[in-house]
Amino acid sequence: MSAGGITAEPPVVAAPPPGSGPGRLGRYLVGAFFLAPALFMLGVWMVYPAVYTIVRSFFGPTGFFGHWVGFHNYRTLFTTSTLTTAIKNNAIWVAVVPALVTAIGLVFAVLTERVRWAVAFKTAVFLPMAISAFATGVTWRIMDQQDPSLGAVNALGKTISGVFSPAGVLSSAFPSTSVLQPAKGGALVMKTALQPGSVAKLGLTGIAPDAVPNGAEQAVQPAAKAGDITGVVWRDFKPGGGQTGVVEKGELGLPGVTVELRSSAGKVVQSTKSDAHGTFDFASVPAGSYKAAIGSQTFAKPFGGYAWLGPNLIIPSLLIAYIWIWAGFAMVVIGAGLAAMPRDVLEAARTDGAGEWQVFRRVTVPLLAPVLSVVFVTMIINVLKVFDIVYSLAPESEYAKANVIALAMYFTAFQGAGNFGIGSAIAVFLFLLVIPVLALNIRRFKRDV
Amino acid sequence: MTRTRIVLTLAVATALLGAGLAGAKTSSHAKTGVNTAVSGTITFDGVWTSSSGQTQFQDVIKLFNKTYPNVHVRYKPVGNNLPTVLATAVAGGHPPDMADIAQPGTVAQFAKQGKLKPISYASSVMSANFAPAWTQLGTYSGKFYALPFKAANKSVVWYSPPIFKTAGVSPPKTFSQLLTDAKTIHASGTPAYSIGGADGWTLTDMFENIYLRTFGAAKYNALSKHQIKWTDPSVATALKSMAKIVGDTSNVYGGTSGALQYGFNQSVTNAFASPPKAAMVFEADFVGGVISSSTKAKANTGFNTFTWPSITPGPNASAVEIAGDLFVTFRDNPAIEAFVKFLATGPAAEAWAKQGGFGTGNKNVPASIYPDPITKATEAPISQAKSVVFDMSDEQPPAFGATTGQGEWGIFQDFLKNPKDVSGIQKKLEASATAAYK
Repeated sequence: MSAGGITAEPPVVAAPPPGSGPGRLGRYLVGAFFLAPALFMLGVWMVYPAVYTIVRSFFGPTGFFGHWVGFHNYRTLFTTSTLTTAIKNNAIWVAVVPALVTAIGLVFAVLTERVRWAVAFKTAVFLPMAISAFATGVTWRIMDQQDPSLGAVNALGKTISGVFSPAGVLSSAFPSTSVLQPAKGGALVMKTALQPGSVAKLGLTGIAPDAVPNGAEQAVQPAAKAGDITGVVWRDFKPGGGQTGVVEKGELGLPGVTVELRSSAGKVVQSTKSDAHGTFDFASVPAGSYKAAIGSQTFAKPFGGYAWLGPNLIIPSLLIAYIWIWAGFAMVVIGAGLAAMPRDVLEAARTDGAGEWQVFRRVTVPLLAPVLSVVFVTMIINVLKVFDIVYSLAPESEYAKANVIALAMYFTAFQGAGNFGIGSAIAVFLFLLVIPVLALNIRRFKRDV
Repeated sequence: MTRTRIVLTLAVATALLGAGLAGAKTSSHAKTGVNTAVSGTITFDGVWTSSSGQTQFQDVIKLFNKTYPNVHVRYKPVGNNLPTVLATAVAGGHPPDMADIAQPGTVAQFAKQGKLKPISYASSVMSANFAPAWTQLGTYSGKFYALPFKAANKSVVWYSPPIFKTAGVSPPKTFSQLLTDAKTIHASGTPAYSIGGADGWTLTDMFENIYLRTFGAAKYNALSKHQIKWTDPSVATALKSMAKIVGDTSNVYGGTSGALQYGFNQSVTNAFASPPKAAMVFEADFVGGVISSSTKAKANTGFNTFTWPSITPGPNASAVEIAGDLFVTFRDNPAIEAFVKFLATGPAAEAWAKQGGFGTGNKNVPASIYPDPITKATEAPISQAKSVVFDMSDEQPPAFGATTGQGEWGIFQDFLKNPKDVSGIQKKLEASATAAYK
């Protein structure tokens, strides 16, 4: 925002020239002539807007005259929850991102010195820098979609979880009447007790026509059979809804469903599969009271994906995407520092018997400290003014949760509310946050020179 | 009947033309209807870009130029950033001559700040073409500032005929029938609702339709002006009705967390993809544009519409909620006056209406002008409705009604997350509204 404004104090005139008055005046004029365009640009694009913003921040939303509000806008800034969330989030960003980016950049830089295809690796890591942050945000927003058929991240999760816990044949089904009750672990258990000679009617619904298992035929309610417990599992639905709990014409049986017969203690006594009409038969059941159940594996839900863009994971998702962009930058800068490092010091340390870890910790890192701090400080500035990645990656429903100062400024000043007063106050606050970091950076530049 | 209507339209148009000419203080050329005396250039900022209506609006301007060949309307397609661009231009003191604003709340703000010029010179043309309610929509603190040139019917539900057929249901007429049908659709194996909750305005639109159909236009307008508090029991009733839809989470495509991530466009493509993944989308007539640009669904077989089901029987049942494009003027001269008056006439609206994607409250535009049955079904009710209200969230101060992730939009997303917390949501809404109306 104003790096130019502060660094823009070059020594106007170099060593005072020997000579008389007119000559010196002429030199001043020449100097002024060459400086004028730059000063003009700085004045128009940096100084004037900065001063205007500071003045504007003491006035109300609509204009200057009669709208002096003093520090009211600043008070609002620290008392409105959406704005304080933004400040808190920026604190999280500052705490996490510069450190992680520097650390990851350092690791990559050191490792690329030792791998083959280092150039290819470096290019791959640096590539995200070549994409605009907005495009990166859009890309990650698509990759982070919860639906595994849309989002790459969750698709990976689905592939892995599909191996360990495959989806059930009727994962979307639910009971058509309250006779079937969900039990622990996802099974459905029939409420009414059964005796030998009973007929169990297990009606399921919520099954799309194309999700009905292959080979299904008209559901048939089996006749009661002495000594057996018979029953039917069927899609208790026909266009219009039909009558629930009744096997009707046009309703299909559900073949291949695992039906369990449980004792009154809940132990599985027998298990069988339904046929094409949905019917099943537990043969020669000893006298007693039983319950019929459909096993939980039938209803196992496919991996639904994590809500990367939901309220709990949105901030980590943003941080990951941002680090993905900037790690390459850190790697390249640190790599340059590494290349310029005197090799003999490393060799000397190794000769003295230092292990690789010791060399890294005691020699490489201390020697790289100036470069690391450049990366670290640059990242703090970048992160304080972070905007585009949040704007493009977070869905609108999570803006309040993911808000950052620059985004809050944009929304307050230019969108909806149109409150230039508070917007300016936020901008000034952000400016004040950046100043100490900038000052630090400039002092170091001067020292380096 | 058609004949009489045409004759009537012609009569009205001629009368208006006469009025317009008289208003512009011209004498000659009245016979041919061409007015060369009025001249000038009008700068006009609008949201429509080349892909979304600019060419249609240029056709309207062309028709205007047949009568006023010396007035040049310079249309600038600003796109969706228009409120931002306009607010900056107004704050900087260099607004365009005219602008098209979709948010009445923004118009009200500009009017309050004294930036707009009243267009009372168009009042008589308005009353000849529109029901009085429409002039009211553009009136702020007693002065007529904004011409509601284009209107979108928001009291519409889009549905997937194949899913309705599989479930064996037909478009519901009442809210309780809607809920029953939704259960049947769920039982048939497909979620009934597709909700684009990542865009908060889809949720406020749903609430507004429910509120309007439960309590009627008078109470609706009172709430939108904050004369009724958001903690009012009527709001609780409407929220509870809305919870019957958004709280039926297993019947919402993607569940709650999915609905919060799908934006409006995604909610439409989900419902009308092949195969369709959900049965109904509750949004305005512009859903049709998304369907035709991003899905392969065909009218009648792949998608269709029904009117938002009635909740309380009686006059409230047929009220229409609209989103309007309001034309405002920042300056005043004969050229601008002539253009504004022209825009309020039937022919101006017809020039766009016959190309589709356009609804109007102009009662002199015949329903037969709409190019296809679905457009006719969504747009014709606008000018026929007995009571018309604006989208409530558009009418409120933008800090409350139109800020991404904040105010009403953000709070209704909280409601989607937890539809049981009716009183908590009411308190949040009231607090946010109070701050915005200060």
